[in-house]
Amino acid sequence: MSDPHRRPPTTVYLYELAWILPSIAIPIGMLAALTVTAFGAGIHLPSAAGRVSPTQVAQTAPFANPGVRQTGPGRYEVVMTSQIWTFAPNEIRVPAGSTVTFIATSKDVVHGLLIPRARLNVMLLPGQVTRVTTRFDRPGEYPMFCHEYCGIAHHTMWGKVIVEPAS
Amino acid sequence: MTATATLGRLTGAYLTVALLALLGGVVTGLAQGLEQAGINLYPALAPVVKSYYHGLSLHGVLNALVWTTFFICGFVPFVAVQAFGVPLASPRLGWLTFWLMTGGLTLAAIPLVGNAATVMFTFYPPLKAHWAFYVGLTLVVVGTWLVTLNLALTWRAWRRAHPGERTPLPAFMAVVTFSMWTLASLGLAAEMLFMTIPWSLGLVSGTDALLARVLFWFTGHPIVYFWLLPAYISWYTLVPRQAGGRLFSDPLARASFLLFLVLSTPLGFHHQYTDPGIHEGWKFVHAFLTFAVFFPSLLTFFNVVASLESGARARGGRGWVAWFARLPWGDPSVAAQVLAMLLFAFGGIGGLINASASLNLLVHNTAWIPGHLHLTVGTAVTLSFMGITYWLVPALCGRALWSRRLALGQVWLWVGGMVIFSNALHRLGLMGMPRRTMIGASAYVQPEWKPLLPLVAVGGTILTLSALLYFANLILTLTASRAPHPAGVAFAEAMSGADHAPAVFDRLRPWLVLAVVLIVLAYGPSLVQLIATTPFDTPGLRVW
Repeated sequence: MSDPHRRPPTTVYLYELAWILPSIAIPIGMLAALTVTAFGAGIHLPSAAGRVSPTQVAQTAPFANPGVRQTGPGRYEVVMTSQIWTFAPNEIRVPAGSTVTFIATSKDVVHGLLIPRARLNVMLLPGQVTRVTTRFDRPGEYPMFCHEYCGIAHHTMWGKVIVEPAS
Repeated sequence: MTATATLGRLTGAYLTVALLALLGGVVTGLAQGLEQAGINLYPALAPVVKSYYHGLSLHGVLNALVWTTFFICGFVPFVAVQAFGVPLASPRLGWLTFWLMTGGLTLAAIPLVGNAATVMFTFYPPLKAHWAFYVGLTLVVVGTWLVTLNLALTWRAWRRAHPGERTPLPAFMAVVTFSMWTLASLGLAAEMLFMTIPWSLGLVSGTDALLARVLFWFTGHPIVYFWLLPAYISWYTLVPRQAGGRLFSDPLARASFLLFLVLSTPLGFHHQYTDPGIHEGWKFVHAFLTFAVFFPSLLTFFNVVASLESGARARGGRGWVAWFARLPWGDPSVAAQVLAMLLFAFGGIGGLINASASLNLLVHNTAWIPGHLHLTVGTAVTLSFMGITYWLVPALCGRALWSRRLALGQVWLWVGGMVIFSNALHRLGLMGMPRRTMIGASAYVQPEWKPLLPLVAVGGTILTLSALLYFANLILTLTASRAPHPAGVAFAEAMSGADHAPAVFDRLRPWLVLAVVLIVLAYGPSLVQLIATTPFDTPGLRVW
């Protein structure tokens, strides 16, 4: 007697197999591509970069002195605070070809920092330090937007990175 | 009153709330779409809708949370009970659940409508809404757990009466869907009970943005499967029959649902790739698991298309692709759901892009995201649910749909409007336009956005028109239709039936255990570390 629950090798079964195997291969291939781009091309996501008490931001280094600092040849650091509804600094000047590290946080609600032309896209959370590095290669104005709803005047929260021609 | 009639009334009650929420969300949505093109209706709406962001919060809560959840809690038990062929275990519990959920919704709606909860449907702290908003939404979630309980009790009663038999597929899918949701909703429940509720009541002074986001997204990604799986139940077990065919494979359908149960939850960090405070390594673990959940989606794609093909071939369809034209396109219920599937293919591809950590940096929090959400929740789910109501409402009230032609027109308008609307938003997102933003009032509209912004308004207007035709047809069905409509549901038979499935495909417990293990592995270390080190020192703010 054969087991009534045993699957006969029907056409349905063969079609299923023919679909299942590539269906496993496709996501694995995509994951491989993702790994290559992440590690090969050096695309990094923000990681844990420390905490800062949201009510003490103005008294805590480095956020007590927001601004742009040169840290080496062609390398800059932007210490930034975000608060309703501005970034500080709201206008940043660096020479073309600069590598810029943003060290940022929020003094109040959740904000975001989006600089589309520089492929920079991070969240700024009260209580957390966001650290992210990008390059500004071509001279020009790079608008930066808050891209998280942060209250009634959210749409007025924006600034600029002005990339000056390298001397 | 018979058991079926009681269940029908309960389903009708849920549908009524769901449809009212959809209507509210559609009306507020139109004002948003027009605003993006510079047509600012908000001064005129000011007595009711206080701002763009007030309207946006109403739109998100009513459409993404209320319309979906109430529809699902009405539709899924209805289908399950029909498939079981036994009455709902406890109609009293069913009604208690409905009134608990409706009471919770009313409580949440008071501050929401009163502009005291203009915090979007994601309500990220430290934006601080009125406590009634959080308590009300929590009661809705507790209600969904009671639906799970009633389904589980009904399943137990069925098994006692049918020892050794395989659970009917639609009923099994219903149980799996609600089990997945109940497990996944624990994150949101924890956020509400331990963070937002005591904080909004003033019992604790501070909160934490990151921990709240982690708990929110614990539930926030699987919630899309909670919306989607009920549409899948229809695509697998009802649409093939409506199309004149059979379900291709019952075992493969079970496998797909069980994989959704296991894989839906441990991947929420893919919504937080750009968040600080979560280690990059864990983000990649969640990226991996997100790609894994693509596997059951591919199984569904194959099985549903093969089932549709059987229907089209039975109707004389030929060829590799040409059979598609032979589907019963004159049936609005089928047309709506097949077109929803078609647009969902693009939603799925967009989802893979979102899940790819490196590509996500291009699209995170840009207009791409609402573009994606309107293809998935706004079409795969919503247009499918509309298609379902085209037979469900007639079945509940016993009158035929008032006009099939009007319904067909509505379906095609939705598709046309959505193609315009969603395409424009996707492209604006790639150009760096932020989402959830009153763009028409901003000072930073980029030159390359300008040709696309009017398309958001055009698409949104067509979608609104489509929705109004939908409501008109349903109201006329209830009031003016005279032709009778049979009650009950006809499920598709399977070419490869439940008996071909291994016994473990008819069990829940081993899969639930596996799901819990994966959640503990993927979330455990980050959650323990966050809970142990978070100081809860962030004050709440009302900045709207």
